[in-house]
Amino acid sequence: MLNINSIKKGIVIDHIKAGCGYKIFKQLGLHKADYSVALLKNVSSNAMDKKDIIKIENEINIDFTVLGIIDPNITVNVIENEKIKEKIKLSIPKTVKGIFKCKNPRCITTVENIDEVEFLLVNEENKEYKCEYCESRTSL
Amino acid sequence: MLKGRNLIQPNDFSLQELDSVLSLGEKIIQNPQKYVDVCKGKLLSTLFYEPSTRTRFSFEAAMLRLGGSLVGFSEPGSSSVSKGESLADTIRTVGCYADIIAMRHPKEGSAYLAAKHSNIPVINAGDGGHQHPTQTLTDLLTIKSLKKDLNNLTIGLCGDLKFGRTVHSLVKAMARYQNIKFVFISPSELKIPDYIKEEIEGNYYETSSLEEVIDKVDILYMTRVQRERFINEEEYLRLKDSYILTKDKLKTAKEDMLILHPLPRVNEISTEVDDDPRAVYFEQARYGMFVRMALIMKLLGVDIDA
Ligand SMILES: [Zn+2]
Repeated sequence: MLNINSIKKGIVIDHIKAGCGYKIFKQLGLHKADYSVALLKNVSSNAMDKKDIIKIENEINIDFTVLGIIDPNITVNVIENEKIKEKIKLSIPKTVKGIFKCKNPRCITTVENIDEVEFLLVNEENKEYKCEYCESRTSL
Repeated sequence: MLKGRNLIQPNDFSLQELDSVLSLGEKIIQNPQKYVDVCKGKLLSTLFYEPSTRTRFSFEAAMLRLGGSLVGFSEPGSSSVSKGESLADTIRTVGCYADIIAMRHPKEGSAYLAAKHSNIPVINAGDGGHQHPTQTLTDLLTIKSLKKDLNNLTIGLCGDLKFGRTVHSLVKAMARYQNIKFVFISPSELKIPDYIKEEIEGNYYETSSLEEVIDKVDILYMTRVQRERFINEEEYLRLKDSYILTKDKLKTAKEDMLILHPLPRVNEISTEVDDDPRAVYFEQARYGMFVRMALIMKLLGVDIDA
């Protein structure tokens, strides 16, 4: 079995639904990282049959909200001295800022300079959010 | 209390608040003379970033009939907007001069943005295809005045139900009252969106035939079917005629049914219908002015009856 060394200090994103690892990898901008990162695909798992894992050997400030939108069942482990220091449980955020851009070409946010547009969760099942300004719906 | 508040979308007001606006509107209709001075010394700013003569006149007439005054523009080209000033800055500046703003803007969500930056009440007079709450207030006051009640009604909506924002708003607003049934009459390409149906919990019936249901509705709300909404010209030609309301189609309709239309009409209501007592779409425009008078009074806090 493929093995990746455990990390000393960093973050392990675990229980990612198999196939979703790369999506998260890109969403977090890890393809541009200049520190050690590993994306493991199709790792066998008791609970999920197959899963993806991301290991990050660095202290990075992860925006966990974005992970909650992709899949709230993902677990985030903060590692220090090769041990899990903290487990972060995710949930689908009710509101998010700075993740979505309104896709409605007629939305005022496309012409007016607005710092952070807030999006509000309207459908938990398909993770749909609506723009606080024009109310058009969007999802990742 | 509505003093100092904004009206960005129809459901910004609670049912009770909405009722207070409509009741004041009815009082003004009964005795307009009583209210001719209530806004003396107050200034309404009409910021029309796209032309809409009908709506602007309605607001201006409303303010003038309350004894107030007006400043504003109806073409953005003639204002500081053409110099590239942001909407937020325009609103902040206007707030220094005026007491209340009525704004129309082609971009959706613009009224919400304006309200965020305004220290005086903002009334959304239309933001793109998004909201037009004073049209909804107009529809509600028309129905309330002529039907004496906003409960226990079957409301037929006919035409373009997909893009018609007046339809969406009216459905959402009427769904708040008791025992309301909706009948959606449209071609399959222009059906009412699912998210509107989700909000009314099954109290509706959908059909493409006006004849099938015209005898069942208390209100018939007609809208334009626009040619550009169709990919197929033949389909448009076939359908546009099936929704033209004629004297003949009215034969089976209820005696006390009301025909509403947000105007302007193109050809979806035959002119022969205009003198039918059930045709109230021109009266509706009058109610629109009265409800704007009531709204301005409420937001400025000058209700002399309260
Ligand atoms: Zn938007």
